[in-house]
Amino acid sequence: MLGETTVRRGLELRVDWRASVSLVGTVIKYLSGAMALPLLVAAIYGEGLVTFGASIIVTAIVGLGLERLDEDPDLGAREAFLMVGLTWLAVAIMGSIPYLVAGAGTESTLAHPANALFESMSGFTTTGATVMGSIGFERHSHALMFWRQLSQWLGGMGIVVLAVAILPELSVGGAQLMDAEAPGPGIEKLTPRIAETARVLWLAYLGFTVLEFLLLYGLHLAGMAPNMTLYNAITHPLTTMPTGGFSPEARSVEAFAPIVQWVFIPFMVAAGTNFALFWKALNGDPRAIVRDSEFRFYAGVLGALTAITTGLLFSGAGMAAVAEAVGPLVGEGEAALRHAAFQTVSIVTTTGYASMDFNTWSAQSQFVLLFAMFIGGSAGSTGGSIKIVRTMVILKSIRRELFTTVHPEAVRPVRLGGHALDERAIRGIYAFTLLYVLIFFVATALLLVEVARAGGSFSAFEVMSAVAATLGNVGPGFGAVGPMNSYLGFSGPAKLFMVFLMWIGRLEILPVFVLLTRSYWKT
Amino acid sequence: MRIIIVGAGEVGSTIAASLAESHEVVVIDVDRDRVESLTYSIDVLAVEGDGAALSTLEEAGIREADLLIASTDDDETNIVTCGTAQTVGDAFTIARVRNTKFLDTWNHAEGALGVDFMVATNLLTAETIVQVIGLPAARDVATFADDAVHMAEFEIPARSPLAGQTVQQADRFSSLTFAAILRDGDVVIPRGETVIEATDEVVVIGSQESVREFAQEVAPRVDGARDVLIIGGSSIGYHTAKLLEQQGFQPRIVEPDPERARVLAEELTGTTVLEADPTDQDFLEREHIDRVDAVVAALDNDEKNLLAGLLAKRLGAERAVAVVENGSYVQLFEAVGIDVAVNPREATAEEITRFTREQHAENVAIIESDRAEVLEIEVDDESVLAGKPIQESVQELPEGVVIGAITRDGELVIPRGDTVIEPDDHVVVFADARVVEEATTKL
Repeated sequence: MLGETTVRRGLELRVDWRASVSLVGTVIKYLSGAMALPLLVAAIYGEGLVTFGASIIVTAIVGLGLERLDEDPDLGAREAFLMVGLTWLAVAIMGSIPYLVAGAGTESTLAHPANALFESMSGFTTTGATVMGSIGFERHSHALMFWRQLSQWLGGMGIVVLAVAILPELSVGGAQLMDAEAPGPGIEKLTPRIAETARVLWLAYLGFTVLEFLLLYGLHLAGMAPNMTLYNAITHPLTTMPTGGFSPEARSVEAFAPIVQWVFIPFMVAAGTNFALFWKALNGDPRAIVRDSEFRFYAGVLGALTAITTGLLFSGAGMAAVAEAVGPLVGEGEAALRHAAFQTVSIVTTTGYASMDFNTWSAQSQFVLLFAMFIGGSAGSTGGSIKIVRTMVILKSIRRELFTTVHPEAVRPVRLGGHALDERAIRGIYAFTLLYVLIFFVATALLLVEVARAGGSFSAFEVMSAVAATLGNVGPGFGAVGPMNSYLGFSGPAKLFMVFLMWIGRLEILPVFVLLTRSYWKT
Repeated sequence: MRIIIVGAGEVGSTIAASLAESHEVVVIDVDRDRVESLTYSIDVLAVEGDGAALSTLEEAGIREADLLIASTDDDETNIVTCGTAQTVGDAFTIARVRNTKFLDTWNHAEGALGVDFMVATNLLTAETIVQVIGLPAARDVATFADDAVHMAEFEIPARSPLAGQTVQQADRFSSLTFAAILRDGDVVIPRGETVIEATDEVVVIGSQESVREFAQEVAPRVDGARDVLIIGGSSIGYHTAKLLEQQGFQPRIVEPDPERARVLAEELTGTTVLEADPTDQDFLEREHIDRVDAVVAALDNDEKNLLAGLLAKRLGAERAVAVVENGSYVQLFEAVGIDVAVNPREATAEEITRFTREQHAENVAIIESDRAEVLEIEVDDESVLAGKPIQESVQELPEGVVIGAITRDGELVIPRGDTVIEPDDHVVVFADARVVEEATTKL
């Protein structure tokens, strides 16, 4: 039908979009299955079953309908890009249905479609930026808050990676799919079969989630963490391991005892580590983790930034006001170290939890966090932003540049963990990083224009932090978009623009941008 | 001993020629002309045919052979030939290879692939080069007894403090023996009163340390080669750089081909790879070639190596070592100004020949194109050396034989007139080529 008309016009599309859309339908079909979990939560808490009952039905119908577009989808490289891009968009749209249904007729800010989509996209892309007017069970059901947490967990290791792990029809094009979705340049095949690799990654991810739950709930049972109830102990690991950052608590992790905050830190660090390393460690080579050059650099960055921030907070130079809930940090060694480490790790790994309101920090220490937003986790982790490995490669090739200035004839490959990198890979890393920074500035400018048009009262620094936090899938920014505040103050178009930023940020820009080129569709 | 040599190229012919006098040698080659000319030039049986074919090997008498040397220019052929030979006889097999990947396999499991001994030409050449530049002014270096004993040949420069001294004066090193002096093409066996003259070539045998100290004495102020520039990223150039890296040097290597340069840069982590034309004077000056201690010319052809080496010398490089594939050029290279010319085939032939000497001769080095040899011998009860002080046993040995060093249980013992040699000692003997056969029988 459509294919025939385009042929007649002599503009044959070179992409089999039906195959892509059909597979997106399959993913959506399974998403409706995932919605059964919040339905269960609703049943346990005796809340209404309408919200999720209706959502499951709508999602399942849409999924089955799209799936019928192509009986036997055949996935090539181009179809893979389209499928990955569309999957994330479609999942975010379907994921917003529970917010809309639950919010309908109430005062909930999520009743507005732009807000519901923002919250859903922020969830699946593991950003953690919120537009909820008030977080708490007075306004929202346990089931809905659970769905908000679960959406981050599903998005964390990658929806497509999960699909490759469980859908046999994706095994052939699976490597391309995972490549387009996975954080960092290129994927590492751990096993001969790609589906097996995807399963291994998800198992490691699941394992850490369960381990964190056991520790958190154990602390609660031991009486050391009164606020860490069973509900909290289940829902927080769901947003730690994907470096998401949503919390059912209005004051985020500030609500918990110091010991709980300490427990969160290593799990956030693990979430920002390449999961392939854990697989190697479990296969009898635990030293693989410390041997890995990216991990060492990552640990070094975390250590250095923590040390700087601790110094600032401890000396008082890093504080602008006393945070009421926490009290003064000046001279308090353990507290200064804990908040500095927690906040640095949370931002570098792009989790976005807050152990305190860092709006009370001074410009100097806030700037350290803004810088941290651009670093990101390791390749193959669940973290967002630019990624450690790209920073390393760029630093190393700058050092090479300095050497070849003196010795113009020198041939010096950039090495990563002993392996020489292909020059094309290095070019790709330059291109991505430059594009990332460029988009950051252009998006900030556009958002400032929209803020001025809509009459909002955001400072340039706040807008800048909002762009960095959404593009990098971090979550909270500074000031009005700070960790204890929300993105509600932005206009509808501004929110939709940030939905776009979260989407391209999660897929690392290029797989989405390639869909916008003419050559992708026509040649 | 019956020896079969497969491949009558330069290496094969050289080995055949040096073994023909004392052994039954059969040479196999596919080339009819070569087989014909060989039949008339040296006293060997030449067989035309494919050495990897069982029928050819049987025709050459593989069942009765004691040793098979596969030295064609093709690695795979050499290995298959050895493997084939082992299916029918129990000859000791030696394969010559260029590609070190086969050597890696063989080192990993000695005796693998049906090869009893493997000689990697390029690696061997690189080792020779590194030994030459690692010891200043040394022309030829060999090691014996698991590296406990070193032998080096030095040309005495006119400015050397040793020139004009007697051997007694010069012999200030506790663990060093003056084995021979080569003067105007003759071998002079040094006595205490022999005067060392400039342009003499002195052969010394001793511990690595004493050889190094002696090298300092021969040409003071030269503190080994620290700064090495390798011209040409051939396989030999690559292995030279790799070996130098292992010794803690940071060599530079010049390669004109961009792709090859990239491969080298990926493989050699401690080497600076420069992609440039090695005959570009501006470039060489920019790289401060005048401060380089040693230049190694390892390009893919002899003429280029000669030019590159001479150019480097003219621009101020301290020493130039050049690889020369054509054996007849070696002396020409050294005559026009290259300090040391290294011929891969000669190195290979030398390495292979040491396996073909009489049973007791475990190691051998050939000095100055066959004028003398240095042998390593394990002393048994029948040897004239056993149980006697050296001053007595030398009386029974022919003129031109010097006991260079003794190793007992891995320890170096410096031979003096009253030293008693015991059975199971390893003795490094220097022998004039004319008396080698006689000496080895008696020892």
